[in-house]
Amino acid sequence: MSVLELQDLHVTYRSEGGPVPAVRGVSLSLERGDTVGLAGESGCGKSTIAAAVLRLLPKGTEVSGKVLLDGEDVYAMKPGRLRAVRWTSAAIVFQGALHSLNPVRRVGNQIEEAILLHTAVSPRAARTRTGELLVKVGLPADRAQRYPHQLSGGQRQRVLIALALACDPKVLIADEPTTALDVMVQAQVLALLEELQREQGLSLLFITHDLSVLTTTCERLAVMYAGRIVEQGPGREVFAQPHHPYTRALAAAFPTIGDPASRMNPAGLAGDPPDPSALPSGCPFHVRCAVATAECSSLDVGLRVAAPGRSAACVHVEAAHV
Amino acid sequence: MSDLAQVSPRAFRWARRRASAAGFWRSLRRDKLALTSLVVLVLFVVLAVVAPWVSNRADFNVINTGDNPVWAKPSGQYLLGTDNYGRSVALQVLWGARVSLFVGVAATVLTIVLGTLVGISAGFFGGWIDAVLMRITDWFLVIPFLPFAIVLASVLGRSLWNIVFVIGITSWPSTARLVRSQVLSLRERLYVDRARALGGGRAHIIGRHILPNVTPLVLASTTLAVPISILTETTLAFLGLGDPTDVSWGGILDQARTAAAVTTNRWWYYLPPGVAIIMVVLAFTIFGRALEAILDPRLRDR
Repeated sequence: MSVLELQDLHVTYRSEGGPVPAVRGVSLSLERGDTVGLAGESGCGKSTIAAAVLRLLPKGTEVSGKVLLDGEDVYAMKPGRLRAVRWTSAAIVFQGALHSLNPVRRVGNQIEEAILLHTAVSPRAARTRTGELLVKVGLPADRAQRYPHQLSGGQRQRVLIALALACDPKVLIADEPTTALDVMVQAQVLALLEELQREQGLSLLFITHDLSVLTTTCERLAVMYAGRIVEQGPGREVFAQPHHPYTRALAAAFPTIGDPASRMNPAGLAGDPPDPSALPSGCPFHVRCAVATAECSSLDVGLRVAAPGRSAACVHVEAAHV
Repeated sequence: MSDLAQVSPRAFRWARRRASAAGFWRSLRRDKLALTSLVVLVLFVVLAVVAPWVSNRADFNVINTGDNPVWAKPSGQYLLGTDNYGRSVALQVLWGARVSLFVGVAATVLTIVLGTLVGISAGFFGGWIDAVLMRITDWFLVIPFLPFAIVLASVLGRSLWNIVFVIGITSWPSTARLVRSQVLSLRERLYVDRARALGGGRAHIIGRHILPNVTPLVLASTTLAVPISILTETTLAFLGLGDPTDVSWGGILDQARTAAAVTTNRWWYYLPPGVAIIMVVLAFTIFGRALEAILDPRLRDR
């Protein structure tokens, strides 16, 4: 059984300008010990999915479809059960390490907080465990006494990872854990996540816009566009042989080191991601698509099988692979 | 961790408390102005507390002062002279400190508790709770203070507790508004989301994340509310709304005015209570500012 399964998840934010469909029918499953990457531009609904898993969306947001954590529907849980499940079944490494830590409390206390909320241990045991967690993420145990502003960005991100591990969750959702970190620290944090995942058999849902991060860390990859998954498959394959024109554009946007051709002709994608409250008709990508046909503006294509273990949502897929 | 494991949790907690107290004292000692204020405050508090032991309240009852000289200048016997009834001004100021400090602190506690409670509930829960609480707050905010205080004092009768009540009931709205606006911004912070993701309930989030973050604000508000309360008490006593059987600094000023001490240039009657008021109010304000800077880890120099 999957530890985390999304079934046809729709999330619609309510705003003054009318409903904003941020996620429009996403199905995804995460097996034990799996790493799944979720990629896409800003505003495509990645972080909304992260928040939807633990029911952290703002009041009044409409959610349909199912989120199953270990087979249990998160949206059918009673408040008490929900609070118990949060962090013990699934934990989140938030983006923005500075802002996710309370500036007026010591970081150690904030890790202890998670432990004390969920397990009946003495404060002293919680403190010992906090020290162990910090050591595990590569920080000296005495950093627990520091305030967030006394730590560097990378150290704070490590604290957040330690915090995420505090209750031994089965699923770890990493929501852009390396944003705003420099490349060296980024590599360290990624290596740390991978190592922890291997050691503890965590299932990792990795959300980022940084594709290079995803291809190296994720076995499976899902590319999102305008609230939907437009292509999914094994990590390396998806970017080596993209089936969807959007993925192709994303992959092409990455310069190949040592290849002068890619350096001289930077390939980008023209246009902006669509406004979720006013999506184009048909395939939402057709306005920016280089290979769009006449029917693309009226025909909305669902995910189609492109190859074994691969699928993409594009009219061209069938033609190429029947 | 090994050396920590050997001490008991209680000893560890106390060691931490001692360390933080020592750090607090170190920061305070560097601020000479704040230290002076603290000394002044402690002095007044000690004087107010020991008054019943070092002097007799009956010594300046008018019925007992018939033999005293009237309008005596400050001297060895009467440290601050006597008034038109032959009562020692020094004794009156000493006993007046008790009333002024008590009213100042009691009214502030009432103000802060009420204001913080309303502010946090309104800001955190939002919606109709916010709307109802804020309309009540607005209602109290627009009531003109002095007429309201005079009416309340005359309806409830002239007693110390009623003065406390009047000051508390009229000054909590500004604290509530202040706290609410801060809470509105705090509840949207990412670490509040994180605390929710951790499985923390509302009480937990308010107690552990909202309250510690509004504490510096509440503290600043408190230290400003104490001098305002003292001044308000002085005002009400000066207007003759205080308890007539009690002596307070405002009351002394009122009697000095009635006895024409100002026009006849008997400075020892009106100057001491005035100076006492200024010193206490100023000391509270300066010390409060320093306290805020020390207690907020973000304002602390690194």
